[in-house]
Amino acid sequence: MKPDVSSSGPPLVELQGISKRYGDLLANDGIDLAIEPGEIHALLGENGAGKSTLVKILYGVIEPSAGEIRWEGRPVSIGSPVEARNLGLGMVFQHFSLFDELTVAENIAVALSGEWSLSTVRSKLGDISRTYGLALDADRAVWTLSAGERQRIEIVRCLLQNPRLLILDEPTSVLTPQEAEHLFATLDRLSADGCSILYISHKLEEVRRLCRRATILRGGRVVATIDPRAKSAREIAALMVGNEVGEVRTDAPHRVQGEVLRVSRLSIPPAGLHGQALRDIDLVARAGEVVGIAGVAGNGQSELFAALSGERPAERADVVVIAGKPVGTVGIDARRRLGAAFVPEERLGHAAAPTHRLSENTLISHASAEVSRSGFILVNAARRLARSIIQGFDVRTPEGDPQARKLSGGNLQKFVIGREIIRRPKLIIVDQPTWGVDAGAARLIRQALVDLARAGSAVVVVSQDLDELFEVADRMAVIHQGQLSPLKPVSEWTREAIGLEMLGVAQGQGGVHAL
Amino acid sequence: MRFELTPRASVSPVMRALAPVAAFVTAFLIAGFVIWLMGRSPVAAFDVYVLQPLSDPWSLQELAVKATPLALIAIGLSYCFRANLWNIGAEGQYVIGAVLGSWLALRTHGTEAGAWVLPLMLILGVVGGALYGLIPAFLKTRFGVNEILTSLMLVYVAQLILDYLVRGPWRDPKGFNFPQSVTFDPSATLHPVLEGGRVHYGALFALVAVLLTAVILGRTLFGYRLKLTGDAPRAARFAGFSAKATTMAVFAISGGLAGLAGISEVSGQIGQLQPSISPGYGFTAITVAFLGRLNPIGILIAALVVALTFIGGESAQILLKLPLDLTQAFQGILLLCVLAADALVSYRIRFVTRGGGK
Ligand SMILES: Nc1ncnc2c1ncn2[C@@H]1O[C@H](COP(=O)(O)OP(=O)(O)OP(=O)(O)O)[C@@H](O)[C@H]1O
Ligand SMILES: [Mg+2]
Repeated sequence: MKPDVSSSGPPLVELQGISKRYGDLLANDGIDLAIEPGEIHALLGENGAGKSTLVKILYGVIEPSAGEIRWEGRPVSIGSPVEARNLGLGMVFQHFSLFDELTVAENIAVALSGEWSLSTVRSKLGDISRTYGLALDADRAVWTLSAGERQRIEIVRCLLQNPRLLILDEPTSVLTPQEAEHLFATLDRLSADGCSILYISHKLEEVRRLCRRATILRGGRVVATIDPRAKSAREIAALMVGNEVGEVRTDAPHRVQGEVLRVSRLSIPPAGLHGQALRDIDLVARAGEVVGIAGVAGNGQSELFAALSGERPAERADVVVIAGKPVGTVGIDARRRLGAAFVPEERLGHAAAPTHRLSENTLISHASAEVSRSGFILVNAARRLARSIIQGFDVRTPEGDPQARKLSGGNLQKFVIGREIIRRPKLIIVDQPTWGVDAGAARLIRQALVDLARAGSAVVVVSQDLDELFEVADRMAVIHQGQLSPLKPVSEWTREAIGLEMLGVAQGQGGVHAL
Repeated sequence: MRFELTPRASVSPVMRALAPVAAFVTAFLIAGFVIWLMGRSPVAAFDVYVLQPLSDPWSLQELAVKATPLALIAIGLSYCFRANLWNIGAEGQYVIGAVLGSWLALRTHGTEAGAWVLPLMLILGVVGGALYGLIPAFLKTRFGVNEILTSLMLVYVAQLILDYLVRGPWRDPKGFNFPQSVTFDPSATLHPVLEGGRVHYGALFALVAVLLTAVILGRTLFGYRLKLTGDAPRAARFAGFSAKATTMAVFAISGGLAGLAGISEVSGQIGQLQPSISPGYGFTAITVAFLGRLNPIGILIAALVVALTFIGGESAQILLKLPLDLTQAFQGILLLCVLAADALVSYRIRFVTRGGGK
């Protein structure tokens, strides 16, 4: 197939020789890239390849060390996001930039820096939401929203400005399949209207579905520009990492032993007006197995995580039992001391402090363990621990002990997972383990979780990604509107059954499940 | 047209080090301009404000005397501010510390009570300040009341309590009706470090507080807890650090240190209780804490600098007939310059015209 970019005029935007240096590290190394009007162009590459860096340069967030940007053939210097917006660029960042305390409409108005009034935003928001089927309640506070809904705000915020080039940095990593499908339809529509799209994703199937051209980065350089539909996902992945990605091996001999986690009749009232309540949740995780919890975002996953981790304790102790001890009412620290470990969904700000070094970030979950003694921090031990996590989990860092925010998204994810696994916990509860992680790293993380289970720990994985759950889980349940379906061996689940449970169609009769 | 701040990709260490220097120079230039507008010579003012105090042994002692309460209070405040908690009421905690400590001095007045009085007074000073500081902390953690408001309003309550006591029950019966207590006995007086000098042991407390705080903030889990609470509150919760406990702890610490400053000042400098025992140390210490960038050593330096403006301000009032308010204005200008310099190190300003690209 020929790459069919047949336009006569100059490309909408053209990057020439863009380089970005961070100390000794060349995050972008002489990158050339051209995007035609109306084109959906994919930017691919493994974690840390330099994708976010490149689009941040294009959007005026960071300054390139060298190189030139041409807009419709004319050289421009984009010194700030405001200038970028004035040119007609819109961008959805990999990590959200929203104010938790403000409402949806306020967040949008703030971001447009006074160009629009709140009431204009509110009315336009309604229009856009309807046109593209991106439902949003203008007056809800952001902290009550799920990751998927937050993502939607960011997208709508861009669309409101009728951008000519829309940059999306991993927009679907937090979306459900249905939400993602909706987004694709939106993007197709925008592209047909002449808006160009630069699309970053680790999900090669969706790239093949959406894009006609893809630029592949490796180590900050362009290694190929291809037509993704002409290649298999496997071939593309091989181009990205330089070799083939294997599959997770789950066949190590293992025995399922005693219960490590027992949740019985856990009910939690909703936090605030829009929180999801949990109702009568029963769940058992045994040593040696991986338990998967599927579900569409916003159905109580974060509430369940908070109740299991102890960030939001329950009213009665016996609703959560870890390693034989009723812990429903105690905090996260006491649960950690019983051998439990937790990885929340959001890595920046929740799992890790952005401006703290990785060695300091080890203190967050190891505070009662080897990195401190009688209240004093063992600085060298913390550094050593950070180094072993970095090595053990293939975390690519720009310097020895960088601030967490300097890591690329996927690499930080590997770090926060590694930080917990390295403790060899008896129980680990992970919310969205491979959000924004490249195929190679996703495999590494899944394998580490499976290996941990095979070595005798209980592993609970909360995920929206069904492929992932089918790959790692031994038993699975579905969460829907704060209720958990029965937990059953993976072999007894079908995708259809899960899909029905996720939509809340299965009425708990059991009849649909196994079909 | 408007301007916006965009973060710099990399912050040069040289700039970070030079920022305070630039801030000082700018503050002096602005203050000099104001003085010039008032029809005085900026050069003469600089001489009176800065050079004379620094070249005169008496003023140098005075510098240490004034810096002592500032440093003690500001060190305490740095615990709160690091954790993003806003204790604005150090002035009140200072007063209550002084009142509670003085209670013992007055109770034992004229008795043969021995050397235990002074240490106990100091302890009572700490306890008084800490308990008073815990009130806004409790209101915040229990009822969610904003600590800025409560801590500030409690300052006025404390001042009125002091006023009542020295005009009423604690007034010296032989004091010609002046609103003041009896003069403390020697056993209730904090002694000078050097015989005949003015600098009392409170200065040593301040130094110890600086060093201890440097260790606590830099090396202990508690210090990390404050930093994490301030920088990433959700991560702090995830780490198992209870926000309530943190709030109570930092308010107790900063209240305690303010109380210690209060009782040290009363028993070491003033020697009795009177309606006014502070020229606003508790408020100025907020400036000091930020001038020192919440860093213990920085706070020590900032306390000395601000003390210098107090002393220079007094002599400028006498020699140049410049109003004392100018000193406060200068402290404000200095703080603004330091904050602005800090911001400019991490951000750059760009002017944006509507609609235009540049
Ligand atoms: N502020 C910074 N200082 C130093 N190094 C940085 C900084 N920001 C990014 N880097 C480094 O630049 C490289 C490229 O990072 P970038 O975020 O562009 O990767 P990415 O391709 O978006 O990866 P991911 O898929 O994980 O999001 C990484 O090695 C990263 O650690
Ligand atoms: Mg990225």
